[in-house]
Amino acid sequence: MKKTGAQIVNECLVQEGVKVVFGYPGGAIMPVHDAMLDYPIHHVLTRHEQGAVFAADGYARTTGDVGVCIATSGPGATNLVTGIATAMMDSSPVICITGQVAAHLIGGDAFQEVDVTGITLPITKHNYLVTSADQLAEVFKEAFFIARSGRPGPVLIDICKNAQVEEAEFDYPKEISLPGYKPPKHADMNLLEDAAKMIGEAKRPVILAGHGVLMSGAMEDLRLFAEKTQTPVAMTLLGLGSIPASHPYSLGMMGMHGEAYCNQAIQNSDLLLAFGMRFDDRVTGHLRTYAPRARKIHVEIDPSEIDKNVEVDVPLVGDLKTVLEDITPIVSPKDNEEWLDQIKEWREETEARDILSWPDEEKLHSAHVIRDFWQKTGGDSIVTTGVGQHQMWAAQYYQFEQPYKFITSGGAGTMGFGLPSALGAWFANPDKEVWTVEGDGSFQMSLNELATVVQEGANIKILLINNSYLGMVRQWQEFFFDKRYAATPITGPDFVKLSEAYGVPAKRVTKSGDMENAIEFAQNTPGPVLIEYQVEKEESVYPMVPAGAALDEMIRRPITQKKASS
Amino acid sequence: MQHTLIAKVENKPGVLNRVASLFRRRNFNIESLNVGQTENPDISRMTIVVENKGNNAKIVEANLYKLVNVIDVQDLTNQPTVTRDLALIKVKVDAIKRAEVVNLANIFRAKIVDVASDSVIVEIAGTEEKIEGLVELLSPFGILEMVRTGQVAMMRGDSPGVRHTPGANGHQSNNNKNTKVN
Repeated sequence: MKKTGAQIVNECLVQEGVKVVFGYPGGAIMPVHDAMLDYPIHHVLTRHEQGAVFAADGYARTTGDVGVCIATSGPGATNLVTGIATAMMDSSPVICITGQVAAHLIGGDAFQEVDVTGITLPITKHNYLVTSADQLAEVFKEAFFIARSGRPGPVLIDICKNAQVEEAEFDYPKEISLPGYKPPKHADMNLLEDAAKMIGEAKRPVILAGHGVLMSGAMEDLRLFAEKTQTPVAMTLLGLGSIPASHPYSLGMMGMHGEAYCNQAIQNSDLLLAFGMRFDDRVTGHLRTYAPRARKIHVEIDPSEIDKNVEVDVPLVGDLKTVLEDITPIVSPKDNEEWLDQIKEWREETEARDILSWPDEEKLHSAHVIRDFWQKTGGDSIVTTGVGQHQMWAAQYYQFEQPYKFITSGGAGTMGFGLPSALGAWFANPDKEVWTVEGDGSFQMSLNELATVVQEGANIKILLINNSYLGMVRQWQEFFFDKRYAATPITGPDFVKLSEAYGVPAKRVTKSGDMENAIEFAQNTPGPVLIEYQVEKEESVYPMVPAGAALDEMIRRPITQKKASS
Repeated sequence: MQHTLIAKVENKPGVLNRVASLFRRRNFNIESLNVGQTENPDISRMTIVVENKGNNAKIVEANLYKLVNVIDVQDLTNQPTVTRDLALIKVKVDAIKRAEVVNLANIFRAKIVDVASDSVIVEIAGTEEKIEGLVELLSPFGILEMVRTGQVAMMRGDSPGVRHTPGANGHQSNNNKNTKVN
C-alpha cells in the first residue's frame, strides 16, 4: 500500500515497538510530526533538542531498548550533537531522526540546511541521509538493528523533506543485508581455554565489570562466575549494578573516585578480568603503573578496544553473556580466601576514614544527604545524575542492588544530563521511583525541562545538591591550582521559588537536622518535587586519583580531629 | 615500516568519507589511499598504506571494522603480493635530450605517452621502488609535473592476507600473536 514518507516513518516506529519519542518540531520535520497524530506514538515536547536526546538516552539505558528523538534540520539537529556524543561514548542505543531540506536543495545553503550526517559522522555508530521515500523502510530496519546490536550506539537518520512528503510503497522488510556488520558472539575456543588456565593459576584475581555487563544482560552469569572462582568484582561508573552492592564480592566503584580498597585490590592483583569495559583513563590512572603485576583477560564485543589502552594477554572478543556461559563451565572452582581477607583489611581501613563515620555537627555533608536518600528509598530508586561532585557522591554513597538503576554520563561527562534523562527513564518506568541527583551547576544547564516534566505530569523527584560552586572544578583548583577559584563560584535563582513557579512543589534543607523528613515529603507528594540541599560549600570528593598518577596514589580524606571519636 | 592493508567496502555514497574521517578521528597517518571498483559492482576495494608505529596497523584494521560499510580487511605486508603504482611524469626536454629520456624510459619499461616541443610525458607502472628509481634519474632533466595513483595490491595465489582482528565481522583472526600464554 502506498504511504507518504512521513507515514512510513511512523509505521516503522510502530513496527519497532516505539511508544514514546522525545522531540521538537520545525519546518523540515513537520510532515513527520503531522502524521504522528494518527499513530499510537506519544510525542514528548522537550524545551530544547538536547533535552530530547538526553531523554531518549535515559529511556534506552533503563530499558536496554532503543530510545528515539526527533528534531528539525539545521539548529534543531545541531542541538542534538552533545547528546549524540554522550550516547556514543557510553554505547547507548539511541535513534535520532532529523529533518533535512529537500534533496534538490542540498548543498545550496538553503534555510536551516546543515550537513548533519557530516557533523555526526564521528559521533554516531552509523548514520543515513534519506533522499527519497522508498529508502525509508530499509533504512529504519537497519538503523534499529545497528543501534541495539553488537556494541550499541546512536544512529542518526537525516530525512529530506521531499522524502517525507512523497509517496512510496510500504512493506517493512523482515530481513536486512549488511555484509559488513556481523557482531561477534562466541569468543575463540582456544583463547577461552587459555583464559581458563590463567584463571586457575591466579592467586589475586579481580573482575572489572563495565557497562557491557548491563548491555549484554550478563548480571547473573557474572555472579555465578565470581562465586565459582571466588573473584571479587570492581565496577566502573557505568558498571554499577552489575552485581548487588551488598554482595560479599562487590568491591564497589573503581577509578579516580573509586573506593580506596577497590583501587588497592586492582593494583595488587595478579589477574584482571575485564568484562565489558574499555580501560578508560578515569579507571586506570597512569597506564605505566597500572596493575603492574597483573595478567589481563579482556572480554569485549568491540575488537578495536583490544590493546587500545592496556595491552592484554588474552583477548576474548564476543558477547559477554555468551562468553561467560562458555567459560564458567570450564573454570575450576577456586579458593581465594587469603586474597579476600586482604581486601577486607583494606576495606575496614577505608571505612574508618569515611565521612559517614564522622560525628553529626549539624553541618550538611553531601555524603550524608545521599546516604539518607539511599536509606529512605530502600536502594531501589532509578537515579540519574548530572556531572560533577554530586554525580560522584551519588555513585559512592547510593548502594545499587540492581542493574539499570544508575543513569549517568560517564565517557562524555556531559553536564545537564540529569533532569532530561530522568524524564526518559520515567517514561520507560512510570511505576518506579525516579530521582535525579543534580548539582547546582548541572541543573542550571537543563532546568528548562522542568516545564516538560510538568506538562507531562512526570513523577520525577529532584535532589539538588547546591554548594554554590562548580564543585568538581573547584576541587581541582583547590588541589592543583593553589585554590585560585577561576570561574567556579556560581549563583543561582531561589531554587524553591523557581521550582514553584514551574508548578513543582519544593523544599529547602540547610542543616542536617532538617534532613529528616525531606525525602518523605518528596515521596508522599504526588508528581514532581524538588528538594534543595544547601550543603557545605568547599567539600571535596575523596578519594581522588590525580590525573596522571598511579591508581593507588590517591588523595585521601584528611584525617582530622573530626574523625569518628564516639 | 609501512603496512599495506586492503579493505573491501560496500560501494555506497559517503564510504570514502567515513574511512577518511576515521583516520583523522583516530589520528592515523596514511601514506596513500586508493579506491577502485572490483569484480563485484557492489563492492569497492581500498588499498591503504599506513606508517606502522607499534600496533598501528592492527588498530587501524580493528577500527575499520567499526564502520558498518567495511566488509573485510587484510594486511598484505610481508606476504607474497603483487603491488603496483602508476605514475605520469612530465619531463622538460629539448630535441637533443629527448633520446636520452626515451632511452631511460625503455630501460624501465616505461612508455612515452606524449611528446611536445619542450617536454614529454612518461608513463610508468610498477612497484614504488621502481618508480622512485626512475624519478631519481629523470630529476636532473627537470620534472615539470608528476602524478601518482598510490599503491594497489593483490595477494598472489589464493591465500588471504593476515587478519589481525579476532571476531571481526565473522572473520577469525589468523594471527595469534595476541596470545602470550606460556
